[in-house]
Amino acid sequence: MTAPTWKNPVVRWIDQRMPIFTLLQHDAVEYPTPKNLSYWWNFGSLAGIVLVIMIVTGVILAMHYTPHGTMAFDSVERIMRDVNYGWLIRYLHMNGASMFFLVVYIHVFRGLYYGSYKAPRELLWIIGVLILLTMMATAFMGYVLPWGQMSFWGATVITNLFSAIPLVGPSIVTWLWGGFSVDTPTLNRFYSLHYLLPFIIFAFVFLHLWALHTSKSNNPLGVDVKQPGDTIPFHPYYTIKDTFGLGVFMIIYLGFVFFAPNFFGEPDNYIPANPLVTPSHIVPEWYLLPFYAILRAITFNIWFIPAKLIGVVAMFASILILLFLPWLDRSKVRSARFRPIYRQFFWILVIDTIVLGYVGANPPEGNFIPLGQVATAYYFFHFLILIPALSLFERPKPLPESISAAVTKAMAKEAA
Amino acid sequence: MTSTATTAPGNPDEGQSRRDFLIVATGAVGTVGVGIACWPLIDSMNPSADVLALASTEVSLAPVQVGQAITITWRGRPVFIRRRTAEEIKKAQADDTANLVDPQPDKERVKKSEWLIMVGVCTHLGCIPLGQKPTDPKGEFGGWFCPCHGSHYDTSGRIRKGPAPKNLEIPPYAFLNDTTVKIG
Amino acid sequence: MTRKAVLSALAALVLATLPAAAAEAPKLPKQAWSFEGVFGAFDRASTRRGFMVYKQVCAACHSLNLLAYRHLMGVDFNEAEIKSIAATVEVQDGPNDAGEMFMRKGIPSDKFKAPFANEKAARAANNGAYPPDLSLIIKARKGGADYVHALLVGYKDAPANVKVPDGMYYNAYFAGNQLAMAPPLNEGAVEYPDGTKATVDQMAKDVVTFLAWTAEPEMEERKRMGVKVLLFLLVLTGMLYALKRMIWAAVH
Repeated sequence: MTAPTWKNPVVRWIDQRMPIFTLLQHDAVEYPTPKNLSYWWNFGSLAGIVLVIMIVTGVILAMHYTPHGTMAFDSVERIMRDVNYGWLIRYLHMNGASMFFLVVYIHVFRGLYYGSYKAPRELLWIIGVLILLTMMATAFMGYVLPWGQMSFWGATVITNLFSAIPLVGPSIVTWLWGGFSVDTPTLNRFYSLHYLLPFIIFAFVFLHLWALHTSKSNNPLGVDVKQPGDTIPFHPYYTIKDTFGLGVFMIIYLGFVFFAPNFFGEPDNYIPANPLVTPSHIVPEWYLLPFYAILRAITFNIWFIPAKLIGVVAMFASILILLFLPWLDRSKVRSARFRPIYRQFFWILVIDTIVLGYVGANPPEGNFIPLGQVATAYYFFHFLILIPALSLFERPKPLPESISAAVTKAMAKEAA
Repeated sequence: MTSTATTAPGNPDEGQSRRDFLIVATGAVGTVGVGIACWPLIDSMNPSADVLALASTEVSLAPVQVGQAITITWRGRPVFIRRRTAEEIKKAQADDTANLVDPQPDKERVKKSEWLIMVGVCTHLGCIPLGQKPTDPKGEFGGWFCPCHGSHYDTSGRIRKGPAPKNLEIPPYAFLNDTTVKIG
Repeated sequence: MTRKAVLSALAALVLATLPAAAAEAPKLPKQAWSFEGVFGAFDRASTRRGFMVYKQVCAACHSLNLLAYRHLMGVDFNEAEIKSIAATVEVQDGPNDAGEMFMRKGIPSDKFKAPFANEKAARAANNGAYPPDLSLIIKARKGGADYVHALLVGYKDAPANVKVPDGMYYNAYFAGNQLAMAPPLNEGAVEYPDGTKATVDQMAKDVVTFLAWTAEPEMEERKRMGVKVLLFLLVLTGMLYALKRMIWAAVH
């Protein structure tokens, strides 16, 4: 691939010393992309754009916010009432977080369905899981900052979990808190880390894209690119498709921001934090509910290991298990389109995570307990037993010859 | 932009110009949208409503005797209000024709000659000149003296000697009545 | 077979949880508010009346800490009115040159004066109960405006089997049904200058409209902007779709 000669002398001067324009030409313009990508492939670029929106709105909010227990809540209300367009920037940031997770969860499920985690994309997938973990940490700390009742008590409950670690648990919790309970030292350090982590995410996204551009994109058929006719250049085809997808996304996102800005939130967080009054139901934000359900599902000790510790381990395991997926799933066929049994269990997994979310949103009483336990059991069963078993015993449907062959066949069928 | 084989129906030229129009039009609308979206982000850094609310201060002048001076805070800076004696006023007006560093007649600096209202920040490098309290040094011209680098201001607040380049700034103000002034 | 088993188990258990999920609270009667919907706005007359109710009834116990008098400009109070409303209170300022704190008349940039110096003082004056600040109350309660309205008009006699201790009052909508606040609104408690009849329901509606504004003063601007932005986006996205189809025609 020879570097193109740039006509503009300034561009040429820069490119000779640091070939950024050649890089962009290669990786953003000419980048060969399978021509059969569906709209499920829009969600990666959407996630990247939402990350930028979160960083921009976050940096501006940081100009007006005060990370001290006595002033945090009021500083956020000052943003809402007195800072020019403060309410808009705050609601963009608040709803942007929900949108970020919505987009990323769809992106992850796309990967699960089409086998995007399989060779040679294992590292791409692993970096993605690391991005998800960092996002969850960032979002958790961000939710503490407004210092409402849910901020304070959510922080108390989740940091208290670490006391389950044998021997060193309580010391770790004191270290995390910077004191003997969640208070200003905790808030201040969460603020610092909340500002830092998005830039770590940004770096991970860079690595994620680098890994992607090495193996190139998967496609709905899960079939490798075999000839040049299988692909089209990223620009203009996917630049315009991604921009259109962005337009649709913005309508949904801004629909919430302008007309239902507190839809994803909890009314209790508009009550200033009170260490002496616990809210009747402590719930995290919706995107953490399934993990909260798994945490609370373990209500029994196993041998000498207390239930609380098993719950914490289960909660982390539910995410970490994703890291092993490329090795748990040994099927040679990537896309669920050609794996009729796997496909059905995929949808059961989707329903299962929604059920886990429903359980997480409700108090751990009555029939919610067995429901949460069954849903948690299925979740681990799916990854640890079902997927390896399917990869051994499932008979996949025959794969098409190539992407071009499949696309040509589909076009002929449509014309007929 | 890589061009691909056009399979546009009908006249290919017409198809191309329709395509160009749509590209330009969409690009223009999109750019306008991005521009409008940027404004709230920039405007959020402008003074907020609570800061603007404190942008003006009403001061009651009733307790100030002739020859007395008070200092109030306005927009985070000190403002000197001196109720000048007849002597101080006469001296200020007489010096209109003196060799002034920053020429300005006294009547341009006051609305009511009895009340001199100025921002109490030295125009050299920003220190607060002395002269408000009766025990303060007032410099060689009977007004104010800046201890940082030795600027002397007269009874009209004009720079007479020393490194300061300009007279003490007169803030915008208006008398609401005989005993109340609104600064800012 | 495994599929059916898993799905049936999940479905059965989900259904088993529904009664508990539903039995949370009594059905909240829905009111028609001037500020709901895409084009909602705070009815100015109602907001004014509501402010009057707050000032004459609620402000005795409930603070409005997040609002300054100048914010009333947002619901079309003029500068002179705001100055005179602020001047009716005395606020602490200082220290003066002698190092002492002193009292002065309120000015528009002051925050609304709270009835009690701090939470402990509020509790001491109210048998240990804390009258919450009302600035955000509409956003801080599930059910929002409908809930607060229902609560204000929801005082009734306790059913025969419920014993209500002294100092508590039976309310149909408060969680636990027992509320430390005595019914605050009585017919004719406030005399409206515009002649509207001050029934309990009317006062409740007016004060809730006022409090809906204190909780979301940006709401009108937000919805106006939202309509313009979404219309713009619909047009732009339509154009992007047309452009996408045109560019992709080559591939299809």
